[in-house]
This record gives sequence, C-alpha cells and structure tokens, in this order.
Amino acid sequence: MRKFRDKQGRPLVAISGVGVVTSLGWGIDENWRRLTAGESGICSISRFSTHGLRTTIAGTIDADLKGPFSAPALSQHLAEHAAQEALVMSGLGRPPCSGHAGDFPGGLFLAMPPIELEWPQRCALARAHGDKRPIAYRDLLAAAAHRDHRELLESWQDLFLFGTLGMRLASHFGTCGVPIALSTACASGATAICAAVDALRRGEMEAALVCGTDGSIHVETLVRFSLLSALSTQNDIPSAAAKPFSKNRDGFVMGEGAGALVLETYESLVARGGKAKGFVLGCGEKGDSFHRTRSRPDGVPIISAIQKALDDAALESEAIDGINAHGTGTVENDKMEALACGAVFGDRIKDIPISSNKSMVGHTLTAAGAVEAVFSLWTMQHGRMPPTINYTCPDPTISLDVVPNKARDGVFRRMLSNSFGFGGQNTCLILGTEVSS
Amino acid sequence: MSSQSSVWVTGLGIVSSRGEGVVAHDFPKLWGTPPSLDSKTYAPFSVHPMVPLTLDTYIPKKLDQRQMEPWQRLGVYGAGMALRDAGLSSEYRATTDLLVAAGGGERDCAVDETILSELTNGIPFEKALNERLMQDLRPTLFLAQLSNLLAGNIALVHGVTGPSRTLLGEEQAGVDVLRTAWAQIRSGQSSCVLVGASYNAERPDVLLIHALNQRLWKGEFRSVWERDTAGGFILGSGAAFLVLESEEHGRARGVRPQAILSEVRTSLGPVEDSFKALWDSMSAALGGSPDFIVSGATGLSKSTRQEASFLKRQSAGCPVYATGDVLGHLIEAHFLASMVLGVATLHATSGQQAFITSTNHGPNREGEHAVGLAALKGIN
Repeated sequence: MRKFRDKQGRPLVAISGVGVVTSLGWGIDENWRRLTAGESGICSISRFSTHGLRTTIAGTIDADLKGPFSAPALSQHLAEHAAQEALVMSGLGRPPCSGHAGDFPGGLFLAMPPIELEWPQRCALARAHGDKRPIAYRDLLAAAAHRDHRELLESWQDLFLFGTLGMRLASHFGTCGVPIALSTACASGATAICAAVDALRRGEMEAALVCGTDGSIHVETLVRFSLLSALSTQNDIPSAAAKPFSKNRDGFVMGEGAGALVLETYESLVARGGKAKGFVLGCGEKGDSFHRTRSRPDGVPIISAIQKALDDAALESEAIDGINAHGTGTVENDKMEALACGAVFGDRIKDIPISSNKSMVGHTLTAAGAVEAVFSLWTMQHGRMPPTINYTCPDPTISLDVVPNKARDGVFRRMLSNSFGFGGQNTCLILGTEVSS
Repeated sequence: MSSQSSVWVTGLGIVSSRGEGVVAHDFPKLWGTPPSLDSKTYAPFSVHPMVPLTLDTYIPKKLDQRQMEPWQRLGVYGAGMALRDAGLSSEYRATTDLLVAAGGGERDCAVDETILSELTNGIPFEKALNERLMQDLRPTLFLAQLSNLLAGNIALVHGVTGPSRTLLGEEQAGVDVLRTAWAQIRSGQSSCVLVGASYNAERPDVLLIHALNQRLWKGEFRSVWERDTAGGFILGSGAAFLVLESEEHGRARGVRPQAILSEVRTSLGPVEDSFKALWDSMSAALGGSPDFIVSGATGLSKSTRQEASFLKRQSAGCPVYATGDVLGHLIEAHFLASMVLGVATLHATSGQQAFITSTNHGPNREGEHAVGLAALKGIN
C-alpha cells in the first residue's frame, strides 16, 4: 500500500514539472546541456552603457520585447516561459494556448524582484513638463495630475505596482484564488517553494504553480549592488569572474532568469496517473539578527536553517548525497556556507559534492532559489552534478569538494539546496527522488 | 486534519496621523472627527501625515535609525510596540515567525531630480545617469529600499528570528500576511507570528505612480463613500502590527488574548459576489453576525459602491466604519490597521464580533478584485 503521508502525517509533496530560463538558454534541455558542460552565460553588458561603472558584466537575457527595457515586463516574460514549460511537463490542468488562458487547479506562488517606476517613464514626464529649469518631483506630480497622459499611460498602466505580475500570471495560467507574491531577496525562489509546500501540507490546495523570476538588470540595480561592494569587478574575462569558493573570489555576478515548478500532493498526482520527477522533503527557514548583509560569525542561523530542513524532512545529515550551494562567490558567503556545512555534516563534508550553479548562470537573485531547485532535481534525475567552474585557485581555508570545473556522475537521491538572502533570511530545501527513508 | 488551534491576538502596535498606540485608535474616539491632512506639500493631492515619533522608544540605537528611511523606521517602530504590548521576551522572539506586507523603500529624490535636470540641460542621458548614481547615492540606501529589509530590520532591532516572509502586492499582501499567519497557527505550523506592515505616504516617488494610474483623490476631503466620478484614495502614513499566537503558546506564556482572530478568507472575483460568498461561509462557520464592520474601502468609486451596496444589504444596519476616512489609505498596511482598529473598538464597545473587509485597488481584470474578509471575536 502506498504511503502518501510523511512521518509527521502531512501530505507528501511531489514535483511533477519544471521549467527554467537563464543566460545559458531557454528551457531545461538547453540549460542542462550547457550547465553540465561547464559553460558560462556571463558576458559584457550590452544592454546599456557601462561607462563609469566598476562592474560591466552580467548574465543578461535578451528577449524581443516591445518598448524600452522594463524589469516587470522582462520578469513576466521569463516567468511565463518557465511556467509554461513546467505545466506542459506536468500534464496537470491545461496550459495557455493560442491566446487562450490556461486552467490550473491550484494556487500561484511567485518570487519577484522589486518594482518601481523606471527611467524611461521619469524622462518622459520630465520632457512632457518641457521647461529647462531644474526639474523637481513637484513638477512631475503636477504633470501627472493636470495633463492627460493617455499615450504615456497606455503601456505602463499598473506595470509599476507590486500586484501586477502575480495577477497577470494568475490570469494567464488560470490559477485559483489570489496569487501570493513574495520576496526574501536572494532566498526568494526557495521561500516561494516553502510557502507552496506549507499550503499543500495544510490541505488548502492539492497543487501549486511556483515560480521565481528576475529580469531586472538595468543600470540602477547594477549600481545598487556595486555600491555595496557585492559584485565582482573582474570584468576582463566575463565568463571567469564568478568563482565561488576560490581564493581570489571577489563578489557575485548578477544574472537574470526564471525557474518554475509544479508541486502536487503525491496522493493527487498518483490518483491522476501522473509521474513524480522528485519530492520536496523538507524546508527550513531561520532569521539572522546580526547584520543587514553579513551573517553571524559563528554561522548559527545558517546551521539552524540547514538543521531545520533536515528535521522537517525527518532525515539525518547522513542521508544527503549532494549540496546545491548558495555559492555566490562573495568572500563572506562562501566562507560562512563552508563553515555551516562543516558544522552540520562534520568530517563527511569532504565527501559530499557541493557545487555552485552561480559560477555559470550568475546570481539570478529572486529567481535563484527556484532555478537552483530545478537544477538540483535534474542532478538527481540524471545522476550528474554540474561543476563549480573557474575553480583554479582554491581557497585553502575552505575544504569542500566543490566539483571543480568538470561535472561529476554519481547517485544523488537526496540533495540540500541553500539560499541565503540579504536581511538575514536563510532558506534551505531538502529535495529527493524517493520518499522512503 | 487534527483539531485546529485557536488564534489569539496578544499584542498590537499602531502609529498613524492620529497618534500612537491603541489608546489613540478606536472608532468611538475617531469616527466623525476631522482627519489630519496635509494638502499643501503634494498639491493637488493630500496625504494623512505621520505624527512626530520619538524613535528611541522602539529603535534604541541611533545607528539603526540612520540606516533606515521613514518607511522602514515606521515599521520597525510599530513592530516594537506590538512586541512590547505582547510582552514577548527575547527567548520567544527567536522562534517567532515574521510575516510582513511590503512595497519598496524611498528613492533619493534629490538624485533623481539632478539627473532629470542634467538631461533637460543637454547632458547625454547615460552619462548623467551613470555618474550621478555611482557618485551621489549613499551605498546603503539600497538596503533601505529592499522590500524584505523591513523584516530584516525588525529581526535585527527586535531579535525576531523565526522564519521570515515578505509578501508583495498592495492591499492584498496585507490580507494575505494575516491569512497566512492565521492558517499557520491554526494548523500547528507556527505557534507565534508577528504580522504587520508600514506605509509612508509622504514620498513623491510613490505618489507619482498612483497619480499616473489616476487613482489619487484630488481636492477637498470627502468620505470614501462619497467620492464622485472615478473617486480616488488619499494616502496615509502609518504602521500596524499584531502578535498572533496559538492558545497553547499564549497559555504557556501566561498571557490573555486581546481578541480571537476567528477567520480570515480571501477571494478573487467580482466585489459583491466575492463578499457574499465569503460572508455566507464565514457566518455559517461562526454563527452570528457582527456588531460592527471595519471597511477597507479605498474610495475608488466602482469597487467602493459595490462594497457599499453589499454591506447595506447584508449588514442589517450595524455600524460600518471606514479606515480610509480616519487614517487615509495605507496600501499594504491598510487591512492590518483595520484589524487593530477593530480590536480596539471591540474593547471600547464591549463588542462580541467584528468583521473586517478589504478590496485591492488594482491591477485587476475587468470587474474583478482581490477581496478579503476577517472576523474578530471580542474578549469581555
């Protein structure tokens, strides 16, 4: 008799479909081929002038969209592509087709980047104002209040509200109820998965469409991270800049992307004759009160998040065959992640392959946790862990098997995927191909 | 499913244009009194401005105060007030979940204005943009802008370090943080949750977005129920936080509830139909009707009239209060402010039950809104 409940009596959560877009390509097949070949999607930025900027590289994704670049528009486009792939793969509901909205018997959980009015719109308002004297917001407000900007408004109506992306995706895919949109900075994609798992475990729904998306690389976002000294400035060879766990790592490289997963209760999946690609066995979340961007030096909050995920999955640390690192390539993160993994896994950490997808696709920010969950699932499905590339100068203080430069074959039944966000928000997932212990 | 835990409201924090604390925020005190408005600074738009706060009260370190801008400061202040009201010690805060509804933080408007002025004086756009941003922005401003850094700062200043999630999406985010917290506690997934949001209305960067979307009310103040043509909202500054915990957790701490959060439900659809469906299922679950209603009506005519028409038919003449009339419209913090006002009014009137409503202002498919309805039970 099949068991559909976990050790704590909660519905088991299966993954029936995945989708992904990154600077390596559109769709899981192209991404997987290039990821396992150790290729990089990082290039010199051509989307805007990088004159005067310290970082001039990123993993941008070019899409043929109308009008000037807009983060919500690109983020929506990437999300739609990834979610469509996941839905088709899952066979659940009816994906959108030929201009008709889809139909999905579950909720939408979306991790998305910050939204605000952008420079094309500010400039258009300033130009509409006309005068040559110094422009103040007072003038832009007056222009908005007193003039008919129908031609300006049409393409922007509601584009710059936080609720728009979720509502548009909910309409397009025909999901049920009010969509949940969230952010925990770099942990967002993983948090969206946790939120969906919680809802399924509570019996609120039998299926959920989870998507993390981030298409927000423009000058201002690049400058914001640059001013925090978070970005690599090794611009000369863009593909070599992201070097997690290396001695000469100097920061992360921004990337764009979207990752989507269809989650279902295992029971309802089996009942409809569907196949599980894997399972979300456990989620662990823990906050850090030490600093806005740095972790507590003893690593206790990160250790706690990993341990909570293991406890949630009712697994001992010995059960983990591989780790998908947060691995941003910052001096701080990689050191803390190594410390925490060492504390949880003890001596065995040297034998657990732990690689960073960010070495190849960059840090896809609010999409990262979802993108990397998809790649973790494929690692387990295909028995092949993608490498951490650019590992030519190991950090002697970090004794991890980072799967240097070349993919590694193996049996991966259960993986830990880490995501640690600014604001001290640590989220860990345990994914598996089987449910029995 | 095992038996569901009762959800206690054990702590409240609120600040707004009308003052600080629950003592300043009940409807018998506020209803029918003139709102506090600033109609000059952002003319032709008005805002309900924050009262001055003594930040040290809930944000003891000046360094923490300086790292943040008003939106986050208001939230950290309101969160501190709720935590103190609940008497939640640091030991409990380490396992308290955090659910915050948020938008984004304040831009450096002076830098924006410099860039735009350079443009109108013929300096090439990319040169103006790149140089001004790299040279003039304070490096840590980004942390004051990130949506999840309100939660991050609450963790840092107040030591709340359980699982932390920040929901986005204007009014519906405010409803969904409460709904999620309620569901988590009922099901046993969480035992103690700090829920809240803050909003700073006094910022031209965000007024601009709502002005462009044609949603801001212009001119003389009128009740949300009486704004003609397309109507509009008047933004208000404020913060509203609640500490929710399971009955078991509250008893273990030796505290009493200030109210019971009986129900929180949401729906996406036409306003009247959605409210009717939610109301009917909630009334059936709870038995009995409310002593009063706190409405989150925005003042945008269509949805406000639809809600008014529904409430008139449904509410059998019980008083209907509008948060928007006393505090202004607080977007992510609006529903949570309505909840705090609801608890305070139950105390002040020895009420048994209150219903709280919310409608989002957009974006929506034609004729549809994200609608929320909650029920509070008084402790008397």
